[in-house]
Amino acid sequence: MLQYVLRRLVSLVFILLGVSVLVFLLVHLAPGDPVRIMLGEEATVEDVERLNRIYGFDQPLPTQYLRWIGNALRGDLGLSIRSQLPVSTLIFERMPATIELALWSLIIAIGVGVPLGVLSAVRRNTWIDFGSMFAALVGVAAPNFWVGLILLSQVALYVAWLPIGGRGPSFGEALVALFTRFDAVVLWDHLRYILLPALALGTSIMALITRLTRSSLLEVLGRDYVRTARAKGLRGLTVVYGHALKNALLPVVTVVGVQFGALLGGSIVIEVVYSWPGVGRLIVNAISQRDFPVVQGSVLMLAIVFAFVNLLVDLSYSLINPRIRYG
Amino acid sequence: MADVPAVVVPVPRRGNPMLRKLLRNKNVVAGSIIILLLLVVAAVGPWITPMDPYRQDIWERYAAPRGLIVEGQLNTQFVLGADELGRDLLSRLILGARVSLMVGFVATSISLLFGVVLGAVSGYVGGWVDNVIMRLMDVILALPGILLAIAIVAALGPNIVNAMVAIAVVRIPQIARVVRSDVLAIREEEFVEAVKALGQSHVVVLFKHILMNAWAPTLVIATLGMGTAIVAEAALSFLGLGAQPPQISWGRMLSVGREAIRSAPHVTLYPGLAITIVVLGFSLLGDGLRDVFDRRLQDH
Repeated sequence: MLQYVLRRLVSLVFILLGVSVLVFLLVHLAPGDPVRIMLGEEATVEDVERLNRIYGFDQPLPTQYLRWIGNALRGDLGLSIRSQLPVSTLIFERMPATIELALWSLIIAIGVGVPLGVLSAVRRNTWIDFGSMFAALVGVAAPNFWVGLILLSQVALYVAWLPIGGRGPSFGEALVALFTRFDAVVLWDHLRYILLPALALGTSIMALITRLTRSSLLEVLGRDYVRTARAKGLRGLTVVYGHALKNALLPVVTVVGVQFGALLGGSIVIEVVYSWPGVGRLIVNAISQRDFPVVQGSVLMLAIVFAFVNLLVDLSYSLINPRIRYG
Repeated sequence: MADVPAVVVPVPRRGNPMLRKLLRNKNVVAGSIIILLLLVVAAVGPWITPMDPYRQDIWERYAAPRGLIVEGQLNTQFVLGADELGRDLLSRLILGARVSLMVGFVATSISLLFGVVLGAVSGYVGGWVDNVIMRLMDVILALPGILLAIAIVAALGPNIVNAMVAIAVVRIPQIARVVRSDVLAIREEEFVEAVKALGQSHVVVLFKHILMNAWAPTLVIATLGMGTAIVAEAALSFLGLGAQPPQISWGRMLSVGREAIRSAPHVTLYPGLAITIVVLGFSLLGDGLRDVFDRRLQDH
């Protein structure tokens, strides 16, 4: 296991170096001189040259890359051309919001998807089953940002306590308030803001979990040990929840793991829809403002988080399913 | 008289057995109907739009849907309402199908071309070539798909052609991996040895004999990928990085509708519904094809 982890970590370092080259090249291929855009049409040639020197844009590309990656390894991702703030500060201010959004959407997806899948399997070939399977089919196909817009127009605008955008207090702040001041209002505020974006982001995964739970549970319910449990005289629900569900959820866990990374990517558009102050919105704004250091720094950081989430998910499989061994 | 043992002579059934299997699969049929309808709409689009999709009418801004029947008469004016410039939504939806389908087909074709060649060469040649290609694919897969697509479009410039290229690049590694694993398995089979012994060149062995036996999983992943490509285009256009005005795209329609979400929710409702139906069609077809081919592979 330790050998496997080390091997994965080494290959991760090389992959992330490759990602950093890719991101750097993409950002430097972009049309338009960022300095000229920043200074406007009336800037003198001297001003442009001076700023190019300050940002190092006058150096050859390999030199610029080595300087950038060397600084990045020390935690310095440069300065934003627009706000003049350190890129790392901008990212670390926003990263918790993005991760929080992805986590809540996963919680909602599991919280709704698993029970719905179980209900579908237990009530097979009834209207409940057909209804939830149809909803799941549409849920997988519907683009999450459209679901977000529909929730905005059909729910947020009519339910007074649901805000139409922005972020309330963080989950950490809400917990601190709850446990130090016994104040649940902050937690409520947190939930109010995150409910709709998390629901929109989690729709397709929720649909996927529902379908997978149903098919997996139906398969397990047909196995011999389940028949034995029934023959012992156990009640139907005890058989489903006590015996079958645990094994039926293994493929669901795999999908949840794979999808968590996808949620980080999917959150970009949802953050724009709900004006959610996360890394995705930071990237989209930085692209429109040609703020190169912010774009390359944020994309690299999201890739790092994405890679580590995938690694953790892979490693967690052996904890959940002891039959999996890593060579 | 001794009993003559009954001999059951199988009567050959007419028609292509593969086609029969496909037609028996509900998902394949439902998905194909949706996609065929969409293809027809895209093909005859300009001739069936009830109004000129580019005609602006300032007095009809955000006009509410009027439906097909008004006062007992067939209505062709603003059946699904109008957008921010008073243009007919239904007509724009019909023309928007062309962009969505074009992006789906072109992006999938580009990703198929590169994915199949890279995956096939990687699996067949092996060694350092395999290592270099697969590590390159790992780098692309290390970024969330939509993030990479956004970064590529930002680098190349926002327009529909670059959006197609970006979506294709994101899809290449998935196809390359599937093709590679198939080629790895098939290259060990005896018939490949036989073809090699006949003195065929590596190019012929790989592209004529091995790939001919590896098309089924690639077809499934390409069909499912069409839906993904259409959603990706909508997302890029929604962010202003895909189709640019005056080009009509469902994603762009969503983006514009967002600004009037309070007063005219129908402007966002219908384009999203159209995307959902199309993606549903491709995922039903893809799921159905997977069922059929899986069973066929098991039969063998």
